[in-house]
Amino acid sequence: MLTNALKCRTIKFLLLLTLLLSSRILYAAPKIEHWKTADGLPVYYVHVPELPMFDLRLTFAAGSAYDGDKPGVSSLTTGMLDKGAAGKNADQIAESFESAGAQFSTDSARDMATISLRSLTLQEQMDKSLNTWLEVIGKPDFPQMDFARLKKQALIGLQAQKQDPGSVAQKAFYKNLYGDHPYASPPSGTEQSINAMTVDDLKNFYKQFFVVNNAQLAIVGDLKRHDAENIATQISKALKSHAGGIGKKAADIPPVKPLTEARTVHIPFQSAQAHVMIGQPGDKRGDKDYFTLYLGNHTLGGSGFTSRLMKEIRVKRGLSYSVYSYFIPMRELGPFLLGLQTKVSQTDQAIKVARKELEKFQKEGPSEEEIKASKLNITGGFPLRTASNDDIIGYIAMIGFYGLPLDYLDTFTKTINSITREQIIDAYQRRLHPDKMLTVIVGGESGDNQSGENKTAAQNESKKEKAKQ
Amino acid sequence: MITRSLSLATLLLVALFPVASPAAQQHLADSQTGKLAQPDKQAINTSKPKVFEATLKNGMKVLVKQDKRAPVAVIQVWYKIGTSYEHEGITGLSHALEHMMFKGTKKHKSGEFEKLVSAIGARNNAFTSQDYTAYYEVLANDKLDTVMEIEADRMRNLVFDPEEFKKEIEVVKEERRWRTDDKPASLTREQFNAVAFLNSPYRSPVIGWMVDLEGMKVKDAFDWYKKWYTPNNATLVVVGDVDPQQVFAMAKKYFGVYKRNELPEIKARTEVKQLGPRHLTVKLPAKLANLRMGFKTPGMISAKQGKVEKWEPYALEVLANILDGGDSARFAKNLVRGKEIAASASAGYYGYGRLPNMLVITGVPAKGVETKTLQKALLDEVEKLKTELVDEKELARVKAQVVAGEVYERDSIQHVATLLGSLESVGLGHQLMDEYVPEIMAVTAEQVRKVAKKYLLEDQLTVAELIPQAMDKKTNKAGDAH
Repeated sequence: MLTNALKCRTIKFLLLLTLLLSSRILYAAPKIEHWKTADGLPVYYVHVPELPMFDLRLTFAAGSAYDGDKPGVSSLTTGMLDKGAAGKNADQIAESFESAGAQFSTDSARDMATISLRSLTLQEQMDKSLNTWLEVIGKPDFPQMDFARLKKQALIGLQAQKQDPGSVAQKAFYKNLYGDHPYASPPSGTEQSINAMTVDDLKNFYKQFFVVNNAQLAIVGDLKRHDAENIATQISKALKSHAGGIGKKAADIPPVKPLTEARTVHIPFQSAQAHVMIGQPGDKRGDKDYFTLYLGNHTLGGSGFTSRLMKEIRVKRGLSYSVYSYFIPMRELGPFLLGLQTKVSQTDQAIKVARKELEKFQKEGPSEEEIKASKLNITGGFPLRTASNDDIIGYIAMIGFYGLPLDYLDTFTKTINSITREQIIDAYQRRLHPDKMLTVIVGGESGDNQSGENKTAAQNESKKEKAKQ
Repeated sequence: MITRSLSLATLLLVALFPVASPAAQQHLADSQTGKLAQPDKQAINTSKPKVFEATLKNGMKVLVKQDKRAPVAVIQVWYKIGTSYEHEGITGLSHALEHMMFKGTKKHKSGEFEKLVSAIGARNNAFTSQDYTAYYEVLANDKLDTVMEIEADRMRNLVFDPEEFKKEIEVVKEERRWRTDDKPASLTREQFNAVAFLNSPYRSPVIGWMVDLEGMKVKDAFDWYKKWYTPNNATLVVVGDVDPQQVFAMAKKYFGVYKRNELPEIKARTEVKQLGPRHLTVKLPAKLANLRMGFKTPGMISAKQGKVEKWEPYALEVLANILDGGDSARFAKNLVRGKEIAASASAGYYGYGRLPNMLVITGVPAKGVETKTLQKALLDEVEKLKTELVDEKELARVKAQVVAGEVYERDSIQHVATLLGSLESVGLGHQLMDEYVPEIMAVTAEQVRKVAKKYLLEDQLTVAELIPQAMDKKTNKAGDAH
């Protein structure tokens, strides 16, 4: 009976594979419509009529990479928008959004600053939330009293990061990976920069970067094209009014320099676990190797439990709850990052196993069988990527911001399926350099991680690094 | 609620039951003023999204809800088992078993399960809470059959290899270190629960105490599995672009082969009456102080059992949202802004478990503010609810958010499925999703004051204060049992 069942399942599995190949062709990605407002604001729109709601997302080349000598200014600027606008105070603005059931949010990452709205399309609620949103983006007041409070909260946020080994590791990773490049600057700023910040810094930042020529708008939901066009025009006008014109596109972010030698940074920390991050500059949005690196990394550490890192570190040895590797594509080279957390006494062992897998993968790449499995997973799961309004707006905002082709989603599975093993090996050999990677370890006492018998090159480098400091 | 690995589910479930809670679409129509942006949508808005329900002969319940926006589906298998079924000494066993559920069956070897699921492009994971354990796959709607077969297989045929267990329990310990031991606020919450509850099983952490994980044996997990993983203790939930009748047929084919098993008797373990306020301090290497306060309250389940009035839990839900239901709520308005006493403050009603829990208030003091000052300010806000009626505008705001939240949550099929499965698993029944909006809409200012006066009592209060200690010295971390 067991044999029968096994046979049965195998046949079924083959049948499913066939089904999979056919169904993939049937499923069309959401249709993205694109236009520019009269002032030149690029709009990316997907009509999803099923739920009586819509999402708006404005993206600006105004993340922390544009903070300059004022780390944290982008984050404070977006954080201040709903604290006062068009003469309304923070209480009134919050009341306007929430009494309409609307959700207002902002974010400042490294490349991108975003301002978003989620609202119902019922006329009364929509008018109220949209009008408030337009006031917030078009007439922000940056009240001094709220700014003083926000600064204090930002400083508390920095304290919270200091008591969390994961946050400490992430900060140290970016700082050491990027050196004097703008990506090194922490989006949440530093104590010194936050203390020195003034309201005028925020006003200037907003006026310079939150302008039509530096913006893209994404719209998803139960809005007809005509309504979406009207909304886009109003947003465009609001942006123009605060800046007194359509402004300028932000200057390009400088290219990222490659690392020239292996380095280990060890930060002692009073924690049960050590947090380990290993990496180097990775790839960009629109990078010619993007899909090849993405597909390859699926096998290395991108696919959860079927990845090599998960099998070796977690399943076989029980060393870590979470272990992963991925590329974070950005405007310029974002990080390639391999991360794990393990009991302090196991740090050396975990790093050794992770590095072995990384080096092996960089040399030999994935097997044909692994590539086949990755392709099935990525293409078979494609419909999940755009199954909700939330998913769709994430994609079209990204496509718009990075200027990716509008058929990005339509060609996604075809592109993935066309990649060969040779291409993956070639890309990894050209792009990844395990002998020149940065290793950040947060946890343990000073010197704890130098006790392993077989020290890796990186760890030997670490001693040198420490001697230098 | 904790999950097998870091994933979307973590994010999803954090948002489970805040103001954006379950409801039926018809009530959206009720709240409309007839001024739809696009009148042709009215048909969709007013049609009640039906939950299709069936029970297999062996007692397994099947719930199906359709969402045809995209050719995808989510399948979840829920077991009524979690920390609240455990006794002291075996805390964390339900969660450890959840980890073992990915280790292979007689039919599918360890690792094969992951390959199969991956090959059809599915995303999968699992999560454990105090009252339930659930396994799920999100996938293209034409692959349901494959995962249904796998889920049915591991319901009864799991293999417990001692070597696999030895490694997996180390993973669970790492998870505990990551999730709790190295996070001051999490450690504070853990100790707070253990003090607030004397005998209710809600006193134990879902991940388990470290000493219990140290002592856990593969046999413990196996026995637990045999006892609780049976069709009559499970609910299958499918949401997405699926045909309910086909799902029922599939469920019958794969899960219908198992016999009903007698379940162990579940003891009441009702929390003994609290006889006065409780205070605890937690000294930890940290940078920020943290305050956590909880008032014992009845749950939705208490109303279902007829122990309190039906409106009371809903009034408590509204009350929590008056305090903290967004940036215009009282904590944000009066304490974060206003007096600038709190860097952050939150209130949440834990009313959706199988046992009564608490209304919990937390806060981080603003820069230069003493924790005691914050505590007083938060409790003053609570007192105000007992003496003054809440403003009609505030009530209207909470209700508007509930109506909108009901629409927003339908954007995620995982969220909808999770609501159905959790309500069913704690014994509230998925029908609560239909009652939720009208019950919230019916709550009056007077009812909010009544529940404040009845339940937010000093004698029912537990307060935990995290007192930060210098971080550079050698201090024993609470999590290390050695």
